[in-house]
Amino acid sequence: MKFLLSEEQDRFAASVDDLLANREVDSATRAWARGEHDEGRKLWRALAEIGVTALGVPERYDGLGASDLDLVVAFDRLGYHAVPGPWTDTVAVLPALLDDELLAGVAAGDTLASVAFGPHVPYALDADIADTRVAVDGTALHIFRPASRLSSVDGARRLFRIEPGERIGEADPGRAFELGALTTAAYLLGAGQWLLDASVGHAKQRRQYGKPIGGFQAVKHLLADVVTGLELAKPLVHAAALTLAPRDVSAAKVAAGRAAHLAARTGLQVHGAIGYTGEHPLGLRLTKVRALRSAWGTPAFHRARVLESV
Amino acid sequence: MDLDLDERTTGFRDEVRAWLAEHVPRTPLASFDTAAGFEEHRAWEAKLADARLSVVSWPEEFGGRDRSLLEWVLFEEEYYAARAPGRVSQNGIFMLAPTLFSHGTDEQRHRILPAMARGEQIWAQAWSEPEAGSDIAALRSTARRTGGGWLLNGQKTWSSRASFADRAFGLFRSDPEARRHHGLTYVMVDLRADGVTVRPIPQLDGEPGFAELFFDNVFVPDRDVIGEPGEGWRVAMTTANNERGLSLRSPGRFLAAANALVREWRGAGEPAGTAERVADAWIGARAYQLYTFGTVSRLEAGGKLGPESSVNKLFWSRLDVDLHETALDLLGPEAEVSPEWTDGWLFSLAGPIYGGTDQIQRSTVAERLLGLPR
Repeated sequence: MKFLLSEEQDRFAASVDDLLANREVDSATRAWARGEHDEGRKLWRALAEIGVTALGVPERYDGLGASDLDLVVAFDRLGYHAVPGPWTDTVAVLPALLDDELLAGVAAGDTLASVAFGPHVPYALDADIADTRVAVDGTALHIFRPASRLSSVDGARRLFRIEPGERIGEADPGRAFELGALTTAAYLLGAGQWLLDASVGHAKQRRQYGKPIGGFQAVKHLLADVVTGLELAKPLVHAAALTLAPRDVSAAKVAAGRAAHLAARTGLQVHGAIGYTGEHPLGLRLTKVRALRSAWGTPAFHRARVLESV
Repeated sequence: MDLDLDERTTGFRDEVRAWLAEHVPRTPLASFDTAAGFEEHRAWEAKLADARLSVVSWPEEFGGRDRSLLEWVLFEEEYYAARAPGRVSQNGIFMLAPTLFSHGTDEQRHRILPAMARGEQIWAQAWSEPEAGSDIAALRSTARRTGGGWLLNGQKTWSSRASFADRAFGLFRSDPEARRHHGLTYVMVDLRADGVTVRPIPQLDGEPGFAELFFDNVFVPDRDVIGEPGEGWRVAMTTANNERGLSLRSPGRFLAAANALVREWRGAGEPAGTAERVADAWIGARAYQLYTFGTVSRLEAGGKLGPESSVNKLFWSRLDVDLHETALDLLGPEAEVSPEWTDGWLFSLAGPIYGGTDQIQRSTVAERLLGLPR
């Protein structure tokens, strides 16, 4: 047993960080929320160039055929930088639903997918700009058209009602669903880590009563609980990537959702009013965490799955 | 990254499982916080030692098996799953022994560890004092130089197992001029020595699980000092990280309890009202198991146990209380007459207090892991 990420995985995560640290991801996210996708598409292509979009695609379609753990490593970083777009749908879920040469477009970063997965994912993310739209209904796969747009609590999550169309085939959707939940958990973990880092940075700089607020025990103890939640959720996410067993994926989703949620709530409290403004990047994560906590299976659904399998 | 066990490891685990299935007493032993129960548990330690299962991770020359940390974690999982007796020797084997391995002399290791492994000498810890709890560096008990050793004076309290134990270890102030963390010396002392008075203190369950210790010119020979005199704080930190970190609360304990909790919940007809808490308890126990696997992997790759051990302690101490509270709520009016859960609940309540309170741990995490100002 060696329950540690490999050096290659650490390096890959660092390369995603390097790429995104030099770009205006938050500005791209705000534009994405307004329906302006150019900046976000540029990010998508840049990430495709270092292999992120090819991870889940088999080698026969020019993908990397990487492990589920590699996907988790990537999604953790996507979450950290809160990169907008249908990443889970395109990079994790679609390759597990289809065995089709259109996956070559996914690998290359040219194709964006939007997946509806009833009953857990009733609304389709970014369906207006997706090149491939698939609705999963039991084992049946349909294409769908986007209907009316819904307003998500997270402005960058552009969700659409769906109008199911032609049936295009059958699939055992089990693996696709697990990957949807797993990569969402990894994204939440990364988002939680950013919220913690930003809050610690703020607590060191912001002075009140003549000293940094991070010197007050009330603030320290809040942040210590955030660390504990994130540190103990991480191994669940990694283990779930190794087994992809429903029990493990569900445990990971529950724990990552809770840890990220605590990081978001604590982050807002530590930042105070500045965190409540639309200008501060904290809000971009806070609303996304809230939305993702219930995406790809609610905490109650995932807890029930854990209890079924213990 | 993998969670696979090799054949040597599974072979060991299977041996442990089979041995426990055959030897764990059918009816639980009396509490080790009673005079009779203490001796029953001492005899159990000897039985474990005969099978060379009392200290599996220690070197063979001291009664162990040179097993890896991972194998120790798996041993613990089997041990708790089998509902084997609590370890009356835990202060010694999990706190003093790691200190001796790091800072003791060969002579000390050979003299002390084999007897500890067999339960022939049971150790109590002697950290807290009436005026030094969380602020352990405020301790005032003294060790004064005398011919061939030291004279101890002062008072220790909340000394776990001391009511019936043979010996104790702790810190004493050897340099009266030095302040706080300086001038402390790590000492082992015979609780039957002249000048030692042991006053048992009943715990929440009514049994004397800890005691007050009074020292009145108690002689301790030089050979019972660990590390250099005056360097006791640094020596003790090894022990502190062990208490908070890996050893005193192995994941096996929580996994066994969480699995038992799920069985109770199922037996009660899967009531919706407690489903969320039952699931969270199981998820927490699994998280702690995996986190421990990560720590073990890191240590085996040459890493060190640092302030992360405070994260560890914050997590398990809360998990333990939540898990047992959930079981009691689930059992309803049966709870108060269910000692198999109330005993564990009472035990869990000490977790957020001993080994540095959870408030101290939070400050440690904030200052040492996050770098927030002191």
